[in-house]
Amino acid sequence: MDSFLSTYLWPALIMIGQSLLLLVLLLIGIAFILLADRKIWAAVQMRRGPNVVGPFGLLQSFADLLKFVLKEPIIPASADKVVFLLAPLISVTLALATWAVIPVADGWVIANINIGILYIFAISSLEVYGVIMGGWASNSKYAFLGSLRSAAQMVSYEVSIGLVIVTVLLTVGSLNLSDIVFAQQTGLGTMLGLPNSFLDWNWLALFPMFIVFFISALAETNRPPFDLPEAESELVAGFMVEYGSTPYMMFMLGEYAAIVLMCALTTTLFLGGWLPIIDVAVLNWIPGVIWFLIKVCLCFFMFAMVKAFVPRYRYDQLMRLGWKVFLPLSLAMVVIVAFVVKLTGWVG
Amino acid sequence: MVISARNPVHSVLFLIVVFVNAAALFILAGAEYLGLLLLVVYVGAVAVLFLFVVMMLDIDFAALRSGILRYAPVGALIGVVLLAELIIVVGGTVISPEIAANTAMPMPPLSEKSSVQALGDVIYTHYAYFFQVAGLILLVAMIGAIVLTLKHRTDVKRQNIGQQVARTPETAHEVVKVKPGQGL
Repeated sequence: MDSFLSTYLWPALIMIGQSLLLLVLLLIGIAFILLADRKIWAAVQMRRGPNVVGPFGLLQSFADLLKFVLKEPIIPASADKVVFLLAPLISVTLALATWAVIPVADGWVIANINIGILYIFAISSLEVYGVIMGGWASNSKYAFLGSLRSAAQMVSYEVSIGLVIVTVLLTVGSLNLSDIVFAQQTGLGTMLGLPNSFLDWNWLALFPMFIVFFISALAETNRPPFDLPEAESELVAGFMVEYGSTPYMMFMLGEYAAIVLMCALTTTLFLGGWLPIIDVAVLNWIPGVIWFLIKVCLCFFMFAMVKAFVPRYRYDQLMRLGWKVFLPLSLAMVVIVAFVVKLTGWVG
Repeated sequence: MVISARNPVHSVLFLIVVFVNAAALFILAGAEYLGLLLLVVYVGAVAVLFLFVVMMLDIDFAALRSGILRYAPVGALIGVVLLAELIIVVGGTVISPEIAANTAMPMPPLSEKSSVQALGDVIYTHYAYFFQVAGLILLVAMIGAIVLTLKHRTDVKRQNIGQQVARTPETAHEVVKVKPGQGL
């Protein structure tokens, strides 16, 4: 009995505790990220944005949450009820499940599995189901058209995201996310004789891939300028059109969780994760999790700015960009990087 | 549930659940790489396209099902053959466990190599030629499908991005002086 307690029950309890802590912090973070998104968007358009609830409108997201939860959920009469309610659940669960393998600081990760990056890729390839099921179960043409567009878009950009990840893996030689961060301690900067700094991170060595990954991440999470699944002007609100109250909130939550996840993934793969910008004593005193948060917020700021000032793509342009530009480019980069790694033996 | 669900879309969703279960079985068996790959390839890509097609086609599946008794013997026969193969394979290892050692690839223990590295060794080093031939066959199939479906239509307006970006005010604008009272 004693061994059962110490070998199974205790680790399980610790893991549940860690997961809950991460979940609560993540949800609070998403509440403020949502507000930041609206504020940045407003600032670019010279508006004030939400500023009524709480100081500077800081509590706006929580007020929205209350509003969504207290509203009556409406299910269309001709909808497929089970699938209709399952779709938002799937999208939010998958978006949050991916966070289990993200290392927020050295050793601060719930599941430090060897194939972490593949896990993220697998789960994010499932996220398309929330969209398809939601669109189909609503039994409405706008929702269905939105979900078809979204599914095609997410599947096509996954290909280039996969190839970008392969180039990073080639230089690192491991599928473990913590190893990917450790590998970025040395790189292009140290080869030139500089101390460990932000020049070592992958974004400089794999700069074209960084750009491709950023744009593909926008398309994968259905962010503007690739928000064709929603496309207010033509499809009302795309696959979410029949949803209201709590199910709608869950779609929204899943979407933002996926966006923040993509920011975290960009940070881990290209921006050196929890590493400080220059390896000196003063900056090393700042805990890794702070660095990680700063970088994630920076990524999100770029996401929000893109939303504010890039017009929406047309659908054929979107597909052209994905299949005719990004796919050949990233495929060529995989071959080039593989050659460089093989010939020079340079890893990490 | 895959074959007994009334709604074809529900059938596909149950099929996806089966794929996910298979992936989970792989992970439980210690082949976490294969499990996640199954998730990426089958659930993430193949099943999505499948779901697409089933959603778009408006087939009356009740009419298809009316012939179920006619096809039942053939289905049962295939099922029996598959079951027999499974029994032979599993039964063989139960009767003489050393057979497994003869057929299996000599694999270093997990403590030396992770399953990803071991799989990479097998595919890209031991069986590199077979791997390339498999890729070539898939390429031929893909080109065949494209050749069969590709049509060059001339009545469609196409956008040439290069041409469009290369436009200058000189080539794009035309200034017309219109005389009053005459129009163009």
